[in-house]
Amino acid sequence: MSSASDFLREYLTVLILGGVGAALVGLLLGASHLLRPARRQPGKSLTYESGVDPVGTGWTQSQIRYYVFALLFVMFDVEAVFIFPWATRLEAYGGFGLVEMGIFVFILLLGLVYAWRKGVLKWV
Amino acid sequence: MIASLFAAQACAPSECFAVPANIAFGICALLMIGAAIKVVTETNIVHAALYLVVVLAGVGVNYLILQAEFLAVTQFLVYIGAIIVLFLFGIMLTRAPMGRSDDLDNAKLRPAGIGAAVMLLVVLGGALLSSFGETHLVFSTANSTTALSDAVFNQYLIPFEVVSVMLLAALIGAIVLARRD
Repeated sequence: MSSASDFLREYLTVLILGGVGAALVGLLLGASHLLRPARRQPGKSLTYESGVDPVGTGWTQSQIRYYVFALLFVMFDVEAVFIFPWATRLEAYGGFGLVEMGIFVFILLLGLVYAWRKGVLKWV
Repeated sequence: MIASLFAAQACAPSECFAVPANIAFGICALLMIGAAIKVVTETNIVHAALYLVVVLAGVGVNYLILQAEFLAVTQFLVYIGAIIVLFLFGIMLTRAPMGRSDDLDNAKLRPAGIGAAVMLLVVLGGALLSSFGETHLVFSTANSTTALSDAVFNQYLIPFEVVSVMLLAALIGAIVLARRD
């Protein structure tokens, strides 16, 4: 049943779904490209900002105020990696697995509480 | 060598790569090589980071071809999700040049780059061939994610809980470093 080719055949569904998605987007955008009138003017390709002419280029360095959230995201991303295999065997572990994962998540939540108490989650 | 990549191998279907897997690997490898070359030759550093996403996604697809489902999920989640976010934030937080900057790609250094790539290929290829040259990989038909979970929740339960403490320490360390005061 679960041989190498069967495993890959399951992922063929993912590939087909992705292909259909790409084809659908291509079809819709291509159809609208064919149907709409195209009268190009430089003003039309300007960045729209409330009707005001844009200043400078789009590539400027902006101050990032929420980079602590990115750091938190990386930590909880790694946590999620550990939750995935646990979820496949949740029923087999029962209460024991729930308690163990609860401890794991609780310890990491302490980090979130620390960040909160230190005020780094506030928008400055 | 390339012909053998696409050739059907003389072993049982459950034990070795089938032809579709080899074709998938070939397409994936070509995309990865193209994207990897763009990473180092691209003059816009943000675009280079986005090409790196393609390379890392190719690694993830390779894991899937090798039936390492959990590794593939980890690759997509951690590398594409988290590491690239850190890359982009690092670009925006430092005084890295945004937009096009021609000095990112130094054409004079390309021969040196090619030399380093060939040397890496020889060393890594030699190490792989001398270690696993005669080994035939046998794929386990069991669900590897389930087996991994069983290992974590039986044998490696204490290390697993210690990992959470380690992540907590990393998190607090990152916050301490990130705070300006």
